[in-house]
Amino acid sequence: MYEIRIHSRGGQGGVTAAKLLALAAFRDHKFATAFPFYGAERRGAPVVSFVRISESPIKVYSQIRKPDLIVVLDNSIMDVVDVLHGLKPGGKVLLNGTLPHDMKGFKTLSVDLTSIALRLNLVVAGSPILNTPVIGALAKMGIVSMDSAKLAISEMFSDERNVKAAEAAYQELVI
Amino acid sequence: MLMISTGNKAVASAVKDAKPSVIAAYPITPQTEIVEQIAEYVSSGELASRYIMVESEHSAMAACIGASITGVRTFTATSSHGLLYMHEMVNWAAGGRLPVVMANVNRALGPGWNIWAEHTDALQERDTGWLQVYVGTVQEAYDATLMAFRIAEHNDVLLPVMVNLDGFLLSHINQSLETENVGDFIPPLQLPHAIDINNPRGYGTLTGPDEYFKFRWDIERSMRDSVRVIEETQGEFAKRFGRSYGFTEDYRCEDADVVIISMGTLGKEAEVATDLLREEGIKAGSMRIRWFRPFPDLDIRGKEVVVIDRDYSFGYGGILAEAIRSRCRVEPYSVIAGLGGQEVTYEDIAGFVRGRRPGEEYWFGVTPDV
Repeated sequence: MYEIRIHSRGGQGGVTAAKLLALAAFRDHKFATAFPFYGAERRGAPVVSFVRISESPIKVYSQIRKPDLIVVLDNSIMDVVDVLHGLKPGGKVLLNGTLPHDMKGFKTLSVDLTSIALRLNLVVAGSPILNTPVIGALAKMGIVSMDSAKLAISEMFSDERNVKAAEAAYQELVI
Repeated sequence: MLMISTGNKAVASAVKDAKPSVIAAYPITPQTEIVEQIAEYVSSGELASRYIMVESEHSAMAACIGASITGVRTFTATSSHGLLYMHEMVNWAAGGRLPVVMANVNRALGPGWNIWAEHTDALQERDTGWLQVYVGTVQEAYDATLMAFRIAEHNDVLLPVMVNLDGFLLSHINQSLETENVGDFIPPLQLPHAIDINNPRGYGTLTGPDEYFKFRWDIERSMRDSVRVIEETQGEFAKRFGRSYGFTEDYRCEDADVVIISMGTLGKEAEVATDLLREEGIKAGSMRIRWFRPFPDLDIRGKEVVVIDRDYSFGYGGILAEAIRSRCRVEPYSVIAGLGGQEVTYEDIAGFVRGRRPGEEYWFGVTPDV
């Protein structure tokens, strides 16, 4: 089972990113679950969502304690939250743009999702949409196939720019 | 159709496919997306139902009762305090022998104000004459809701059915869901005591000491008959749609020395704990109670039992443990865990089993570990 924890701020689409990723994994004929940690969510407050992907049915409902991958949609969260908490030895991190943070030796990849969203004018209520480009980056990392990533995005969003954003992130992420 | 769905939307999909004529709901917290999604189906025309927005849960159930007695299919959904607020009408629906189907998202009761998973809300309604099923996956939320209509409306039952799903853990998680072409799986409702304007009768009138107990016994007789109807319905469902369900979901119980008994998502997590314990040489099994009313006969003779209650009856104990103790004549190790959404992992559950002390009660996070 592959376990992913996504850090974002309320309103940035972390919960939807988790759902999109689970849907893409599901279109890859795998089992997947996606769920947020429910607390007193407010717009702008740090939120966490979880994705599990497995070859067999997933029976675990508790939160992910030891993720294989951590995704950070807003790097400023790293100033207030220890995003690396519980990351498995050999685990990976995906950041939105680079920042001089100490990643404690964990393999860290980054792609500027915010720029991609702004370039395509993918902005809702003043916030760039990060949840569709990040799926392209995760496809590049091999978490899901790019075909399924695009399929999942077009199933949930009719605006084609979302697929374009995923494609841009796929191309721009350096593995 | 294969899709990804939350538990809330799975219930709404099942309601869309079961096509009730009347849906009544009160849309304020702790209400869930279930009624929101159904409202969208009704407004888009995908579901040709009358959707009645009421001013309280008490009124929601009253509206379902009023509609049901005309002989049409009815549905409502609620959660925690909403369920308690409709308590009086919950009794009326069963006493009126009306096959209302209700989804209840299990959440803790305040104060302190808490919207996370707990079963005490529904278990406080256990003596009302409603059938109660507790589900463990998003798919099961869909399947159980479909079956609830067929079971409730069967003329050997004619009692309301409550489908329970864990708050957040199931209501808000995204999992795969296969929806079905339901066809004639749920036959048209034929309520024998439906209102007939050409043959006026009184309903719920004064029933004296010489008669009242006969109606009570009739509820119990139907409750007992519902065991067969549930078996038939689950059998027919498996034949048509390929997914089979029992009164319990048993996992590696046959040769188990110790069986973990629980309800809802804890029962799925307990299966993972079972595998973990088996690797350590402890012959564990998991039995997830699906139907709490009617309460099933359990075959746990000669086994040690660890019961996990996500609920509590103050001054007595865990409500599930109480049922197991009296029905199965065993002294379980009674674990109280998961109240108000308290996080319980499969590793925690394995720990309960390793440290079991039959006959004792253990409050996870409170009782010192021995």
